[in-house]
Amino acid sequence: MNFLNQLAARNQKEETLTLSRRHFLQAAGAGGGLLIGAGFLAENAVAATKTKSSVATNDAPQFNSFLKITPDSKVIIVVKHLDMGQGVSTGLTSLVAEELDANWEQISWEFAPADASLYNNLFWGNSQGTGGSSSIANSWKQLRQAGAAARAMLVAAAAAEWKVPAEEIRVSKGVISHGDRTSSFGALVAKAAALPAPQQPVLKDPKQFQFIGKPLARKDSTEKTNGTARYTQDIQLPGMLTALVAYPPQVFGKVKKFDATKAKTSPGVIAIVEIPRGVAVVAENFWAAQKARKLLQIDWDLSACETRSSDELFKACHDAARKPGHILKNEGDAPATLAKSTTVIDVEIELPYLAHTPIEPLNCVAKLEKDNCELWYACQMPTVDQQQVAAAVGLKPTQIKINTQYAGGSFGRRACPHDYVVDAANIAKQVPGRAVKMVWTREDEILNARYRPMAVHHIRGAVADGKLVAWQHHAVAQPILRGTPFEGFINGPVDSTVAEGISDMHYAIPNVQVQATEFAVKVSALWWRSVGNSGNAFVVETVVDQLAKVAKKDPVAFRREMLAKEPRALGALNLAVEKSDWGKLLPKGVGRGVAVHKSFGTWVAQVAEVRVKDDGSFKVERVTCAVDCGVAVNPDVIRAQMEGGIGMGLSAALGEAITLNKGVVEQTNYHTYTIMRIDSMPKVDVHIVPSAEVPSGVGEPGLPPIAGAVANALFAATGKPIKRLPIGDKV
Amino acid sequence: MISLTINGKAQQINVDPEIPLLWVLRDELKMTGTKLGCGISMCGACTVHMNGSAVRSCSVPIAAAQGASIQTIEGMNSPAFQAVQQAWRSLDVVQCGYCQSGQIMSATALLQTNSKPTDSQIDAAMTGNLCRCATYHRIRNAIHQAADNLGSKA
Repeated sequence: MNFLNQLAARNQKEETLTLSRRHFLQAAGAGGGLLIGAGFLAENAVAATKTKSSVATNDAPQFNSFLKITPDSKVIIVVKHLDMGQGVSTGLTSLVAEELDANWEQISWEFAPADASLYNNLFWGNSQGTGGSSSIANSWKQLRQAGAAARAMLVAAAAAEWKVPAEEIRVSKGVISHGDRTSSFGALVAKAAALPAPQQPVLKDPKQFQFIGKPLARKDSTEKTNGTARYTQDIQLPGMLTALVAYPPQVFGKVKKFDATKAKTSPGVIAIVEIPRGVAVVAENFWAAQKARKLLQIDWDLSACETRSSDELFKACHDAARKPGHILKNEGDAPATLAKSTTVIDVEIELPYLAHTPIEPLNCVAKLEKDNCELWYACQMPTVDQQQVAAAVGLKPTQIKINTQYAGGSFGRRACPHDYVVDAANIAKQVPGRAVKMVWTREDEILNARYRPMAVHHIRGAVADGKLVAWQHHAVAQPILRGTPFEGFINGPVDSTVAEGISDMHYAIPNVQVQATEFAVKVSALWWRSVGNSGNAFVVETVVDQLAKVAKKDPVAFRREMLAKEPRALGALNLAVEKSDWGKLLPKGVGRGVAVHKSFGTWVAQVAEVRVKDDGSFKVERVTCAVDCGVAVNPDVIRAQMEGGIGMGLSAALGEAITLNKGVVEQTNYHTYTIMRIDSMPKVDVHIVPSAEVPSGVGEPGLPPIAGAVANALFAATGKPIKRLPIGDKV
Repeated sequence: MISLTINGKAQQINVDPEIPLLWVLRDELKMTGTKLGCGISMCGACTVHMNGSAVRSCSVPIAAAQGASIQTIEGMNSPAFQAVQQAWRSLDVVQCGYCQSGQIMSATALLQTNSKPTDSQIDAAMTGNLCRCATYHRIRNAIHQAADNLGSKA
């Protein structure tokens, strides 16, 4: 979601100016909407140290929005981002713990409530949410300030109690000391929490870091390995009902009329209610709801639905790709250079629709009372969801209370307006006072998935004297933001997700032209882990290899020349190359391929090694990955995210595609939407480029390069370029 | 009325005999460690042990479990399970964690029958368990580590 970060950067500038004009501190003290701006000024500790009763769920004195300490010295960190596996419950917690000088074992954490005035994503302006690999990056200063402020307050309380200068007091591993005197945090919390928070808490010199940069164990490992971690599916509330929705067979379908006579008599059915997107069966439990749902007779209005099949859609995209599109970037004169070049390649590449399919099918528990609506689910965008649910049930956003649960995966799927959360609220509205758990089956999930857009890319490249001299690229894809509440974020003629990773390509090529065209299709699209980068990196990296071959250059050497002015790119590339045995001879049938890509501020380079058998079947045996994400807050979590990004990207590259037959999605479950299993997972080595730069994200950037690295390895082994995904199990 | 043993405890269940074991565990007995993933035995999130073997509880009608001994993650304490759980924690295998109950149940079943599996034996035994976070690389390593720990104790 680079677009969100870009937008936020723009807003941040404007907002900061506005705030400074209005004497920021006074304005912040006055409360109200301006407080939102406090978060932008990461240098300023006001956001970090502001307290609010909404978080005080127990009697632990609260030091600020992010930190509570109990009298028995338990430290509770409030985590403002959703943990969907990417490890923020560990990473964000360690930022606070670092500056607090706590003992890692005394730290626990809880998800923040929905309250954008305290917990907004600092890159997203006035909005709380998780995405764009921004959790650590936007919290980096804010949470350290929160920890440092509390530490200073504890030290001040000790100084007053012991009548010694604060500067002489030490804090280490949860113990406050001066000479022979020591105190736990707990013994001083009551006095410390009552002190004024420092406005500019002093942050540590990185040389003093105890936690940051260390492979601290995940905070969620224990409960996720004994069955007690609670996901939305696991919520139990008194009198709770279960709802399943009969959805139209295609998105954008509507209920024409329905007959629930039979379904109503099915055992365990409580109510059958129509909602804007379908017909919901509310029952005592899942099985009763599922049985009754099969008995519903519904006439659907499918007049607004897509009617074309995948091959027709691809043909239309190819046709568009050969015509001129909107020019997003024009440096030098690519068309003229291509016209006079003798060594030109002309390639068209196809990318399929992809589904997220988190293993936990989406679900949401909702309970509507007169003056409030309470929700329990893995909430990724609290602010957007509050607004949408409020509109659906006729309340104000502040009356929507969200209890965030662990997410059983998301990969972008849960950051979606007008969707399952609103459906759950619409059901709860018709069963007021009762908690209703709306669950999706896998079939519901794939049918109602919001897909990574299909795309066709047309690239022409020219080589002269062993160098890439011209690149003309036309990307045709369905826009993600168009027609959604985020449409206002589109800056220019084309949704930036279409050419993400292309219009911002980092290779130094003297003549570059990037065109883009939005492809109109009645299929619902969404960001899928790394958004446009997910497919566009494959396109760029495979075409670069084809051009390297034309130039008779080693693919690494070819890239190094074009990245000479990108030291961080070179750093990642060189590290991956060095660790992968690049250049060493390989047996017949084995190929190595490289790819390097920057997304969400993080550079990742990968080298894949692939063994191809005589019958064309192949196996990806080894992947070497190097990542530069600035300061490595938790090296083991970073490695895990690279491994996961590689696995998910490889899964898509090898075998994932959503296809349409006369507008109807052909895949229904994991037998037809085939995601990668353990036997296809290669050995993965991840290496982290040492860096003192501000940390950038790791949740998504590990994914974009892998498809290209594997395709390039196959190209090296077979001499045949890969021009469409998925590759399948044979070349 | 179906009689069976769950985590060592005798249970009498009075439900529609077609109901899958998964939903008896989750909705009737409120044992939520076993997860729904696909409902058609394709993902393994619902894996439990039935008479010592790993089965997909989403596809076992409760009538078919008459007289069976069922173990779910909540009731596991065998040496193989403990070794698996410990290895999972020491390597921080989990990401979102949702599939991991099933992964751990399958890994435990493997080690109970094969104390020193090779990579390809691990792949064969674990191929029914999907992980969308793709923690597969660590799962493989954790099973080796668990096998080593079990071996050194034996």
